[in-house]
Amino acid sequence: MNKITNSALYSYLLGMADDALILGQRTSEWCSRGPFLEEDIALSNVALDYIGRARMFYQYAAEVEGLGRTEDDLAYFRDERDFSNLLINELPNFDFAFSIVRQYFLDVHACLYLAQLTSSTDQRLSAVACKAIKESRYHLKRSQTWVLQLGQGSDESQRRMQSAIDELWGYTPELFIMTESETALLAQGIAVNREDLLQDWTKSVMADMKNSNLQIPDQQWKVIGGREGEHSEHLGHLLSQMQILQRSYPGLTW
Amino acid sequence: MSDSGQAIFDRRIEAEQKIEPKDWMPADYRKNLIRQMSQHAHSEVIGMQPEGNWISRAPTLKRKMVLLAKVQDEGGHGLYLYSATETLNATRDEMNAALHSGKAKYASIFNYPALSWADVGAIGWLVDGAAIVNQISLQGTSYGPYSRAMIRICKEESFHQRQGYEIMIALANGTPMQKAMAQDALNRVWWPSLMMFGPHDSDSAHSGRSMQWKIKLRTNDDLRQSFIDQTVPQIKFLGLELPDPDLKWNEERGHYDFGDIDWDEFKRVISGDGPCNRDRIRHHKKAHDDGQWVRDALEAYHQKKASASAA
Repeated sequence: MNKITNSALYSYLLGMADDALILGQRTSEWCSRGPFLEEDIALSNVALDYIGRARMFYQYAAEVEGLGRTEDDLAYFRDERDFSNLLINELPNFDFAFSIVRQYFLDVHACLYLAQLTSSTDQRLSAVACKAIKESRYHLKRSQTWVLQLGQGSDESQRRMQSAIDELWGYTPELFIMTESETALLAQGIAVNREDLLQDWTKSVMADMKNSNLQIPDQQWKVIGGREGEHSEHLGHLLSQMQILQRSYPGLTW
Repeated sequence: MSDSGQAIFDRRIEAEQKIEPKDWMPADYRKNLIRQMSQHAHSEVIGMQPEGNWISRAPTLKRKMVLLAKVQDEGGHGLYLYSATETLNATRDEMNAALHSGKAKYASIFNYPALSWADVGAIGWLVDGAAIVNQISLQGTSYGPYSRAMIRICKEESFHQRQGYEIMIALANGTPMQKAMAQDALNRVWWPSLMMFGPHDSDSAHSGRSMQWKIKLRTNDDLRQSFIDQTVPQIKFLGLELPDPDLKWNEERGHYDFGDIDWDEFKRVISGDGPCNRDRIRHHKKAHDDGQWVRDALEAYHQKKASASAA
């Protein structure tokens, strides 16, 4: 592999890994805080899938980088500005509706994205995608059911879901923006064209919203910058908690 | 021989056959089981908090996954146990209400804080270790659903104990700072772990009848001694100092002797004044209250569906 591809692949993998880790970390915050025990357990399951996914991407990224760093070096010793996750992943769990709507938007996206990635010319990526898509299809079944039940449930649940949709809507355009690395890798059949997914994503989301007594906002807005390390203020707090032991006592075995 | 419910029940207990949900059982047997099983379920669920306190800060991604999986398993154990208790006609709402009002207890050990990463190791190793000793014995308990839940739970608990001990091994073989962290955790978690087996047999309020009904098969003191005997060699293997100067092998008894347990502390913590009692209930109650609208919405949804299909 030539040098340019190598560096593009590294930053692509980091982005994918950061997305998974930050969402996994956020979702794990639900553990012992779910609305009932069965759901508490299910949310931890989703978090576990994402942390597992993050590890696969970080391990691959570390190998591609070739500097002898490990998955943990990449997760624990990079700062806010170095993290390149999409912003939607880092937003706090404002309430259950917010976490569910976020998960739903991301699940629809992940199913479309991973379906394409399974035919990546990079065999390692295609193997990761084959594993991850099974998880995401299951996640989508869950989040879609929640959207339906909470959208049609009570007045309060409908109101909370609509408000979560309105709050999150402007963080979805970032899911469809190509980075330079992705564009370079797309030419070699390694990465996926995010722009191509927008139409199917919108169609699925609109259909589910209609079924669920919920609406996509009329007004279009967007907040972007995650891939360039331009984050919300929430990420720093998440990282400072996550990284505390490694940063306090660097170089130890745990 | 009379075929009254009581006679059949007594014969089955005598013959060590399981009592099943639809069988006749004495009201006190049912009451005693609900008390013990719901306490057990609450312990699993409240026990998610001290370890859960470290999920966000686990020092490696692998440790984070293992810990999250572990805490999630505890939730799963709580679920089996609540379901088993529901077979006695206790509802989840009643059990939660009893927990929040303080009427129902849970293992007192979870009223202590998890202050360092080593506490996560010590909890898995000692607290789950103590729980296994107790639960292995409960696999043979006379109530069928409880016995079957215990068999399932024991399989997972041994994995939990290993993950805890593995954390301790890594720390004990680490830097002096890490070893000190491990020692500190051992010193703090040791005594409350011994208290997990409950008061001395002579002071145990519920033991007599529970033994007679074969709900409980071994006494508190007997189980505590087994736990100590199996754990001391593990402490030595780690190269840590024993947390009790009176821990000594007694050749004559074939057991380790140990120092006096501070039963005043036990009573204080169990009656509500441990370092975290209020936090634990507040945390559980907040999650429950925050989730009220979700549960209400689910019910409203299913009612709408039911009336739509009836129409």
